[in-house]
Amino acid sequence: MKRALALAPLTALWLAAAPPLVIQNGTILTVTKGTLHGSVLIRDGKIVQVGENIKVPSGATVINAAGQFVMPGIIDCHSHIAAESINEGSVSVSSMVGIQDVLNPEDIAIYRALAGGVTTANVLHGSANAIGGKCSVIKMRWGKSADELLFAGSKPGIKFALGENPKRRGGGTAFGATTLRYPATRMGVEDVIREAFTEARAYQASWKLYDARKAKGELVIPPARDLKLEPLVEVLEGQRLVHAHCYRQDEILMLLRVADEFGFKIRTLQHVLEGYKVAKEIAAHGAGASTFSDWWAYKVEAYDAIPYNAAIMTRKGVLVSINSDSDELMRHLNNEAAKTMKYGGLTETEALSLITINPAKQLMINSQVGSIEAGKDADITIFDGHPLSNFSKVIMVLIDGQIYFDREKDLSQRPVRENRRKELISKAAEEQKRSAPASSRRPGL
Amino acid sequence: MIRFCRLPSLIAIAGSLWAGSLWAGSNDTFFLRGATVHPVSGPEIPNGSILVRDGKIIGVGATLSAPKDIRIVEGRGLHVYPGLIDSATEIGLSEIGAVRETSDITEIGKLNPQLRASVAVNPSSEHIPVTRANGITAVISLPDGEGLAGQASLMHLDGWTTEEMEVSRTAAMHLRMPVIQTAHSRFPEVASSPVPFAEARKTYEKQLQELNEFFESARRYQKARAAANPGFRPDLKFEAMLPVLEGKVPLLITAVRERAIRDALEFADKQKIKMILAEGNEAWKVAPELKARNIPVILGETLALPLDEDDPYDKPFTTPGELYKAGVVFAFGTYNVSASRNLPYQAATAVAFGLPHDEAIRAMTVNAARIWGVADKMGSIEEGKWADLMITDGDPLQTQTQVKQVFIKGKAVDMENKHHRLYEKYLARP
Repeated sequence: MKRALALAPLTALWLAAAPPLVIQNGTILTVTKGTLHGSVLIRDGKIVQVGENIKVPSGATVINAAGQFVMPGIIDCHSHIAAESINEGSVSVSSMVGIQDVLNPEDIAIYRALAGGVTTANVLHGSANAIGGKCSVIKMRWGKSADELLFAGSKPGIKFALGENPKRRGGGTAFGATTLRYPATRMGVEDVIREAFTEARAYQASWKLYDARKAKGELVIPPARDLKLEPLVEVLEGQRLVHAHCYRQDEILMLLRVADEFGFKIRTLQHVLEGYKVAKEIAAHGAGASTFSDWWAYKVEAYDAIPYNAAIMTRKGVLVSINSDSDELMRHLNNEAAKTMKYGGLTETEALSLITINPAKQLMINSQVGSIEAGKDADITIFDGHPLSNFSKVIMVLIDGQIYFDREKDLSQRPVRENRRKELISKAAEEQKRSAPASSRRPGL
Repeated sequence: MIRFCRLPSLIAIAGSLWAGSLWAGSNDTFFLRGATVHPVSGPEIPNGSILVRDGKIIGVGATLSAPKDIRIVEGRGLHVYPGLIDSATEIGLSEIGAVRETSDITEIGKLNPQLRASVAVNPSSEHIPVTRANGITAVISLPDGEGLAGQASLMHLDGWTTEEMEVSRTAAMHLRMPVIQTAHSRFPEVASSPVPFAEARKTYEKQLQELNEFFESARRYQKARAAANPGFRPDLKFEAMLPVLEGKVPLLITAVRERAIRDALEFADKQKIKMILAEGNEAWKVAPELKARNIPVILGETLALPLDEDDPYDKPFTTPGELYKAGVVFAFGTYNVSASRNLPYQAATAVAFGLPHDEAIRAMTVNAARIWGVADKMGSIEEGKWADLMITDGDPLQTQTQVKQVFIKGKAVDMENKHHRLYEKYLARP
């Protein structure tokens, strides 16, 4: 018994032994239940209570947030951080590969995203193929292993891509490619998706038949497993969420109709820069939209992009989020959300929802994260001013009730890190001097 | 809400934000009153007035009275700032980033001092009305490429033709400092194999040598030209170098890393030319040298990633504040087309991380005007300068602030643009 306890993961022990935590005296932007001045009580990684007058339990750790703003950790519905590779671009359907297999927990982008208040991200395969690879939802648990980054209980996802990117390899041999690859047109992109789901349906039927006959006690040989089609069957059965990269209104409508034809749902349209032109149809299908705040004109299909996109879609009943698709933009999604107030007049709460509860809903993790409510994970970001002000900084970030970013600590560690860096450089220089023959030494190194 | 009135009726002519179109093409004489005026050259004036005649500022103050029969612009509750200057853009030179046919940024070759940006700026670019709608009234349009890329032009964001837009055809000569370039790419799938360091260093040394030789040749040309011997043949490349050698046109040198910046300083010292540093991400490492030489910096984007993995996460955010403390003069540039409108938010992030608010504004107005040699014409709200103004309902560094009206040379420009047109059109879709 004793031995078993000693072998238990350290984190579990720490959590079990962790005292309750109280964030006190802050302005709390719950996002879903209004704004109040008060405290958040955290126990075992979960938010236990949110209120104006919370009694501090004995032995609790207290974070004084006087003059500060406490909001739910920011959620980025489109990111490529922490991935060793992004595009399996050799085939038009790459559903057999997945980001989970290439997660890199040491990517500095994780820490930088944390320092921008982000606690959760949807890490997607690239957009080189009409049907791309599988995606992973992660929490920014900097310092933990690849497996520990994974958001437990999140639904698996898959990337689709429409328009210029998936058809690029059909139009030329850019990006080092030596052969052409179907498709070369938006017509071909539709075809690739319809062909794949036609195959997936047949594959699904072969397994159903096998299961039925087996259930009857017949001696049957199972169908050969197809790792490309399995994730598509999961899509057909509503077990895997489709996140589809798209720009123009025609291709958006095309995908919604293909999904209708095969009886599945598009969970989110990603980028969806012309979503404002077909907001009605997107809302009717029930797809979410995850867009940039104001990027435009970097390519032809982005020439009609407008910063009012999020506001129009919101007003027309679409569930909208603002994403980054960028290690850099990811660090200031709060500033990006503020642009929807300038362009289209969203309210403060609507703007904050675009980077918290809305992406949580899109990823179907809203019962765990996305707002400050009792029962949810204690994923919390504290700013030194209102998060929708350009003059505010993130000063602390908690995930599961643990502090993963603390600006004070970051600042105090800088001289220590700088010294360590200098030591390592001089050590490396020494090593080089010792190992290199005198004749090959270069001056000044 | 900005109201345009004619004395004595004081009746609002236009109630909407987009009222500017009523004024487009009309005259450039008016009296703006009742606004909080931020001249930048001096303290803010609550309930201040500005008298503009023929596009120029005639008076600024708290006690001005309106001349008879002048058009009145009611500014109550609003703020007036000088129009913002984006000190590095590709506006007019690029329409759609990925489409080569729409790009006129980079010419073939490494020694192109004869190229002039202003002749290739497209006055019909959709980026112009989008950018000025957020208060940016003038930009540097910057040719780019390896080596001497051409002449950067200072352009007003209003005008029927390039000539009407042009403020300064040759604001600077752009040079991209050679660097030791081993390959790197964010996407390992498309990365080419890296060049060995020794080889990259050789290429760099060769480029540096070619550059020095070109400057030496230009000097010999300068002498030959002065001597005016028979048989002298003009050369457009060297002709373009003369104002640089004479110190009349600054050399805008793009250098990102400390090593390249030091190379640039050494080069400027050796060639005895007037230098402006562009981008200068690691300018903080060379701040005393920049200050000692009085070299200004056109800072790159504040909202950027640190150059190195072990740099502090906020290094690009804190750099402007650090340079300010070190006494280095700088202006902000976006080095972009479609994101030029976000210039004030680049500055705002610098404020969050230590740059005084006033200095952030100065780096988009008066400092920029000084660096580009046009401080007598723009950059502050002062008598004798053009009425390049922006009227806002708040602090221009805050995203939620709306820019109500922009004036360029005293003319209320059309605030309508592609984005707002599409917004109205599709919001109204049944």
